[in-house]
Amino acid sequence: MSSLKRTPLFELYKEYGAKVIDFGGWELPVQFSSIKEEHETVRTKAGLFDVSHMGEITVKGGEAEAFLQFLMTNDVSKLKDGGAQYTAMCYEDGGTVDDLLVYKRGEGDYLLVVNAANIEKDYDWLIKNKKGNIEIQNISDDIAQLALQGPVAEAVLQKLTEYDLSGIGFFKFAEDLEIDGKKALVSRTGYTGEDGFEIYTDSKDAPHLWKAILEAGKEDGVLPIGLGARDTLRFEARLALYGQELTAEISPLEAGIGFAVKLNKEPDFIGKDALRKQKEDGLKRKLVGIEMIDKGIPRTDYDVFKNDEKIGEVTTGTQSPTFGKNLGLALIDSKYTELGTEVEVQVRKRRLKAEVVKAPFYKR
Amino acid sequence: MEYPKELRYSEEHEWVRVEGNKAFIGITAFAQDELGDIVFVELPEVDDVIEVDEPFGSVESVKTVSELYAPVSGKVLEVNEDLEDNPEFVNESPYEKAWMIVVELSDESELGKLMSADDYQKMVSEE
Repeated sequence: MSSLKRTPLFELYKEYGAKVIDFGGWELPVQFSSIKEEHETVRTKAGLFDVSHMGEITVKGGEAEAFLQFLMTNDVSKLKDGGAQYTAMCYEDGGTVDDLLVYKRGEGDYLLVVNAANIEKDYDWLIKNKKGNIEIQNISDDIAQLALQGPVAEAVLQKLTEYDLSGIGFFKFAEDLEIDGKKALVSRTGYTGEDGFEIYTDSKDAPHLWKAILEAGKEDGVLPIGLGARDTLRFEARLALYGQELTAEISPLEAGIGFAVKLNKEPDFIGKDALRKQKEDGLKRKLVGIEMIDKGIPRTDYDVFKNDEKIGEVTTGTQSPTFGKNLGLALIDSKYTELGTEVEVQVRKRRLKAEVVKAPFYKR
Repeated sequence: MEYPKELRYSEEHEWVRVEGNKAFIGITAFAQDELGDIVFVELPEVDDVIEVDEPFGSVESVKTVSELYAPVSGKVLEVNEDLEDNPEFVNESPYEKAWMIVVELSDESELGKLMSADDYQKMVSEE
């Protein structure tokens, strides 16, 4: 276990009752109390996540925008200072390198927030495709990230800062604001389907902020939340997880994040031709929601069938804590993606009936 | 965590309660705690025959699926159907309400390979 990476908050996990697991090379809390309870807490109150394993990469320089336009599927030129944007990076063939957030801090000054498992791959990809007068830096080890998510997130965080948080709109951020005396970048973003904030801070200040936020949220029922509930929360809101809904073999169009792919933006970008062709030819497969009709729970990589023919695979599935139903996201042949279509999921030795349903399953 | 003395335990975290030539089977307090919130239990049917060390069903938590390995061999006499609608019994009452199946022992010598509560506790405290 000693080779696993730890966040600056690792030492605090035990105090809060965490069950720690190996998550892609990181020693992270899968749960503190129970996944169901934590899930419910975020949906009805608010929860605090340690997501310091996420990666942060800065891109700076006069030609930073042009560079990012070439790498990102979304239109980075639409970003204003203090704005964040969800985007993907693709390979030439349209497969996904990663999905990420781009923060514009000023002209020629960007922060990319990438998936933990992809930090090195992304950094190498950026370096490999580097053009023009820019500087790319991986600052992941210096930055900790906390996420406070849920209906009371703003009220709780507001107790710790003089900055008027109501002024931070959805996918906007403010920098250098003080939270309980510690400097942070705070954005109204998240991965749960709830209102809330992601808080970037110096690694050394993270333990202080963790304690302060939980203390401030005590009377509102704020709890620490592990990665188990993070996964069920993002799943219900149909937020893609790299490695499951998105991979080098799955394009952002197939994964249903076409809103982050701007085929009409002027500059060329890596993967544009392949993605345009996918769109023009019609997507061969699409991500859909499924609900089990028979008793059983769909899980990642389970095969999906129609009339004895394999038509795709489940990317994520669980018993939804919010609805108590056995739900899944599945990447299947586009012919069978109409709502109400009956399909079968191979659950161990049996093929169980399921139905294509609307996703996201949850919208606040 | 509790490990009742009158039960026998397997390395795969099942418990066995012997009554005559019948054995009640479930999973231990340690196992349910490791799995977290149990949301689904899949069990064999009455008259199925289970083989020692072979999977006979599965329990699913929110996060994962875990196979159940038979601690003994035998014919299934009863299945706890309450678990279908109340899988949370596995968390709340692993040794009482959440017995899973009752089998007719086909080879009582298999019981000798199971652990005492003390030995099992020792094993899990080392994990």
